[in-house]
Formats: sequence, structure tokens, C-alpha cells
Amino acid sequence: MSPHLQIWRWHVTMLTSILHRVTGCGLYLGGLILAAWAISLAAGPEAYATFKSLLGSPLGRFVMLGMSASAFYHLANGVRHLVWDFGRGLGKESANASAYMVFGFTIAATAAAWAIAYMTGALA
Amino acid sequence: MVQLTLPKNSKIKPTGKHFPAPAGASKVRTFKIYRYDPDSGENPRWDTYDVDTAQCGPMVLDILIHIKNTVDPTLTFRRSCREGICGSCAMNIDGRNALACIQGHEECSGAKVSISPLPHMPVVKDLVPDLTLFYAQYASVEPWLHTETPEPQKEWKQSPQDREKLDGLYECILCACCSTSCPSYWWNQEKYLGPAALLHAYRWIIDSRDEATGERLDELEDPFKLYRCHTIMNCTQVCPKGLNPAKAIAEIKKMLVERVV
Repeated sequence: MSPHLQIWRWHVTMLTSILHRVTGCGLYLGGLILAAWAISLAAGPEAYATFKSLLGSPLGRFVMLGMSASAFYHLANGVRHLVWDFGRGLGKESANASAYMVFGFTIAATAAAWAIAYMTGALA
Repeated sequence: MVQLTLPKNSKIKPTGKHFPAPAGASKVRTFKIYRYDPDSGENPRWDTYDVDTAQCGPMVLDILIHIKNTVDPTLTFRRSCREGICGSCAMNIDGRNALACIQGHEECSGAKVSISPLPHMPVVKDLVPDLTLFYAQYASVEPWLHTETPEPQKEWKQSPQDREKLDGLYECILCACCSTSCPSYWWNQEKYLGPAALLHAYRWIIDSRDEATGERLDELEDPFKLYRCHTIMNCTQVCPKGLNPAKAIAEIKKMLVERVV
């Protein structure tokens, strides 16, 4: 069999495609964090405090950063897929441009969400 | 199935033969070329050729012909028209699929230009892939006019507007650059038709003279044949004729939705 991934020079649209799947799977697993949140809330104040400290730990914050970035990425790229489903934006240039727009939106929206969290004291 | 690595018998030995440039060469560039000889029983290897590009034409095919004529006559590759219309010399050049005859070696970015067969295909020898399945997939879309009305006295007529719908589709030369660029095709080529066959399917679906549009769409309404396309867009990125298989596939998907809503 001839070499494939071993030799391929990636296109940006190839990257956005695989990231859509990766973030989709990540968010699916991240749903468990939401479930754990609800369970800890139901289990009483002590369990909830433990959950909060876990999520507030450096590792917890790192995971949440990844989750929020994934959510914004998946949202933006999902809209891109919707536009494609109407048969629009499928040219080489427009698909490349929309890929960079998705990356830009992800960074901006994640930064904005964390800035709001910081300013409202949620990160304290 | 997704298999990210190469099977054991296809792993490439990095240390192949090296062919130095002739004495007095003025513009030397190194080409790293995939070599596989089925008769040797050995794994494929990368051979490197230092070529005096001052002695050959500008295209990658010129380089390959120069190597075969003057350096290493065992190098095997397909070529015919040398002007981008036959599709024979499709191969992976510098990490992207292209036609060697219209790809200038100066357009390639790396210091060393790697040349390998079209990706994820059985290899016959060196740069020659086995395209049997690819052609069978093309045949499976029945790429000819299907009609029920009695044949007209002269030709099947078509308005200029309807004829225009075939632009960007009929130009496909079936070089297989697009299909073999597609990761979905890499992992599911026995079930997914791939961009080239689907572009041709669409070419007949929107042909105003064709009377089997419904049957053609029925045939494609399948989780694998059509819907393994995830709009990765590699097909459109590499098409050496500047066509857009991704768009053709999107149009088929749209027609499948539109006929039920």
C-alpha cells in the first residue's frame, strides 16, 4: 500500500475537519462533567464543594478551557457545515477563508468568555 | 477501516540508493522517490536522486524522464500526453497529489522533493498504483445517457443553459488525484465511491437529456457510497483541472434532501 498520512502535506480544511470530530467527541465526554455537576448538587453541600474545588483546581480549569474552546470551535464549524449544506462556500478560497474565520472566532469567543468569568469573579 | 500506519509489508525503508549529481552540475535539486519492486520481495524504499535541473525541462515529469533516460532506467512510472489531459502521470508530489507533467518542480516547497504513488493504493511498481477499484467505481455510476423516450432522428437536443450545467464536470480526466487525496476514501474505499466517481454521478444526474435521475439518486442514497463525504475538501484542493468534486457531492446531497421535503 502506498504511503498516505505519512507523506501528506495538510490543507487547512483537512485540519478543520478532523478538529470538528475531535472536539465533538471531547464535548460528548465533557457532558459527563455536566452530569457530575448535577449529581454533586443533588448529593448535598459537601459533595458540591468537593466538585467545585476539583473544577477550580489548575487541572480543572485547564480542562474547562479546553471544553469552552471546543464548544466555540464546534459551534462555528457547525455553522460552516450548515452553509455548505446549502451548497455555498465550497470554493477552494472561500473554504480556506472560512477555516481561518472559525479559528479566529474560537480564540476570540474563548477569550471573551474567560474574560467575563474573570470580571464577574467566577474565577476567584 | 481507519489504519493510520502502513501495513508491515508496505513500511518504507528510509535508506535506499543514492544517485549523486554528475560532475559539473550547475543547478542541483534532490528528489526523494518511492521505489517498490514486487519481484524483489523487499519492502519499498526511498531512493534519492541529485538531479542537475539545468539539464531538464521545468516539470516534475521532465525530471522523472531525465532520471529514467540518464541515471536509472529501472524507475517506473506512467505518462502519456505530457500536457495535463490524459491523467496518466498522477502521483503524490511534495505531499500533494498532482499531475507530474503540469507540476513545475520550482512550485514545490521543500528542499528535497518527495515523489510517491497516489496515496493509500495498492502499488504495482514504483510510482504505478493499481486503479482497478477506482475504474470499477466509475463504471458503477453508469456514466452514459439513460433514456426511455424513443431515440430522436438526429441528436438528443439540449439548450445552451442546460449544457452550461455540465461545465466544471465534463472536464474530469479521471486521473484519481481527488479520490486518493480523500481520507474518507483512504479508510473506506471499498464502500465509499470517492470524489471522482461522485462528480461523474452528478454530471449525469443534472444532464437534462438523462431520464434516470431518480434511479441514479436512489443508487447513491446509502450511508457509505455518498455520505462518507465529510467535506474535508482535499479533493477540491488538489484537482489539477481546477474542478470542484466537493461541490458536486454537496449538490447530490442537496437533491436527496429536496426530493423528500
